[in-house]
Amino acid sequence: MYRYVIKRIFMMIPIVIGVSFIIFSILAFIPGDPGSIILGPGATQAEVNELNHQLGYDQPFLQRYANYMYKAFVSRDFGISYATRLPVFQQIMQRLPVSFLLAASAMLLAIVVGVPIGMLSAVRQYTALDYVPTAIALFLASLPAFLIGMVLMLFFSLWLNWFPSNGIGSWEHYVMPTISLGLPYASFQLRFTRSSMLETIRQDYIRTAKAKGAPESSVIWHHAMRNALLPVVTVAGNNFGLLIGGAVATETLFGMPGLGTLIVNGINTRDLPIVMAGIIVFTILFSLIILLVDVMYAFIDPRVKARYTSGD
Amino acid sequence: MNNLPLLTENQQDDLVFKKESVLVETWQRLKQNKLAMFGLITIFLMIVLAFCAELITPYANAITMNFKQKLLLPSGQHWFGTDNFGRDVFARCLYGSRVSLAVGFGTSIASLLIGSVVGSMAGFIGGRVDNLIMRFMDLFSSMPAILLAMAVVAALGSGLVNVGIAITIASIPTFVRVVRSSVLSIADQEFIEAARAGGTRTPRIIFRHVLPNAIGPLIVQSTMNVSQMIIMAAVLSFLGMGVDPPQPEWGALLSEAKEFLRTAPYLMFFPGALICLSSFSMNVLGDGLRDALDPRLRD
Repeated sequence: MYRYVIKRIFMMIPIVIGVSFIIFSILAFIPGDPGSIILGPGATQAEVNELNHQLGYDQPFLQRYANYMYKAFVSRDFGISYATRLPVFQQIMQRLPVSFLLAASAMLLAIVVGVPIGMLSAVRQYTALDYVPTAIALFLASLPAFLIGMVLMLFFSLWLNWFPSNGIGSWEHYVMPTISLGLPYASFQLRFTRSSMLETIRQDYIRTAKAKGAPESSVIWHHAMRNALLPVVTVAGNNFGLLIGGAVATETLFGMPGLGTLIVNGINTRDLPIVMAGIIVFTILFSLIILLVDVMYAFIDPRVKARYTSGD
Repeated sequence: MNNLPLLTENQQDDLVFKKESVLVETWQRLKQNKLAMFGLITIFLMIVLAFCAELITPYANAITMNFKQKLLLPSGQHWFGTDNFGRDVFARCLYGSRVSLAVGFGTSIASLLIGSVVGSMAGFIGGRVDNLIMRFMDLFSSMPAILLAMAVVAALGSGLVNVGIAITIASIPTFVRVVRSSVLSIADQEFIEAARAGGTRTPRIIFRHVLPNAIGPLIVQSTMNVSQMIIMAAVLSFLGMGVDPPQPEWGALLSEAKEFLRTAPYLMFFPGALICLSSFSMNVLGDGLRDALDPRLRD
């Protein structure tokens, strides 16, 4: 089991190297060199060249990439932001908790809302308890998170004045962003839980349990639910990327100083070290969550556990 | 009520014994699904309106500023009201639907084509090629799609085509996976072996024998993808990385509406409703197609 976990952690290394190489290559196409971006239009060509030389920009592409990765992962030096002149690592670490809190609370909301209602829809298939939540979920899945956020902002912030619409001062600031980010995701969880549960209650072992005379509630909650929830756990982790994507627009809408807004600003001001490091951190987070889910999965599901403890 | 032409007895026999083509069968089943038909009709109407936009109102109405008429409420003259530059929001939504739908459908078709070629190569050739392709796809799916698209837009610059390229790149890996897994399930069937034994070349086997049999999951994936791409394009525009102003696009319209949420909330309503309607239509159509193509999967 531990060998499996360690193996999975080592498998993250090529992913991080590969992703950073792709992003490094894509960003290399952005017009302009760091020297002229930092110094602005007033600087002479000599000054620009001098700064580019200091930053190592005059080296070949692969050499620059190798230098970047070496500094980043050996001494956690992700470079200096072009705009603020502060170390990128420090800025990212400042903003990471905001994004993490938002993503985690949205995910929690999605699971707390989506999974039980999805279960209920499946158990009460072809009744109003199935049709109504499924229809609402289908509708919510068709909305971008920021649009839900705008509607919430209009009602609860501008008209009713219940929640602040901008910033992160208190827990109240997180209410609307969490709902707007969590709802589309909750609808996804709902639909997936429902179909997983429907598939499970048609299995032979459920029929056997019913045939043996086990009460309906026991069959649903003991036999079916445990099995139906397994794929739900995986999907929750794998779709974390969807949630992170939504978080970028949600943070922008609600003016939250998170990683998403940092990257958006970075792109708008061509602050490449910020963009580069921001995407790498997001990717590492994303891989870590998937790793966590896979490991959890192996612990919950005896079938998976058996595969890894016996052979591998 | 019954529109079926009268048939002779012979023809009726034919109907009973002749197996209908998969397409006809699928269409018959899809027609039963009211929600899916709603989606199909809605999206069809939206496409027709987008195509005929010039017949309804000239493009000038969507971009000409008129400060005397700014932020007007919806009325008979301006159905959806006017924005802060006095531009007619109805015209902007209408011409915006061209951009949004073109991005949604265009990128889905592009990713479908590229994904089919790459995915069937991976699944059919197998071995090292498969491994290499799939590891490469893993890299792309380890990044949140929106961040990847943002990086590409940053590198290429904003504008319709670049946004299209960016979100196509972000959606290719899913298609590659779908194609690869259907190809894998088809590749070791006997008719493929027969084709190979007959000396058919690999590309021909892929395009003539493998892909047509894998078309079901691909159609479903493409349909659902259109809805995701419409949303993704809207998010990019909302973040200011979409089409260049003054060209209208639904996400960009929402981004403009955000500034006037307090004074002119109706500005948000129409582009928001259009994004929702188009994306909802494609989602229910995709759901319906999935059920129609494989009735066993129906829940």
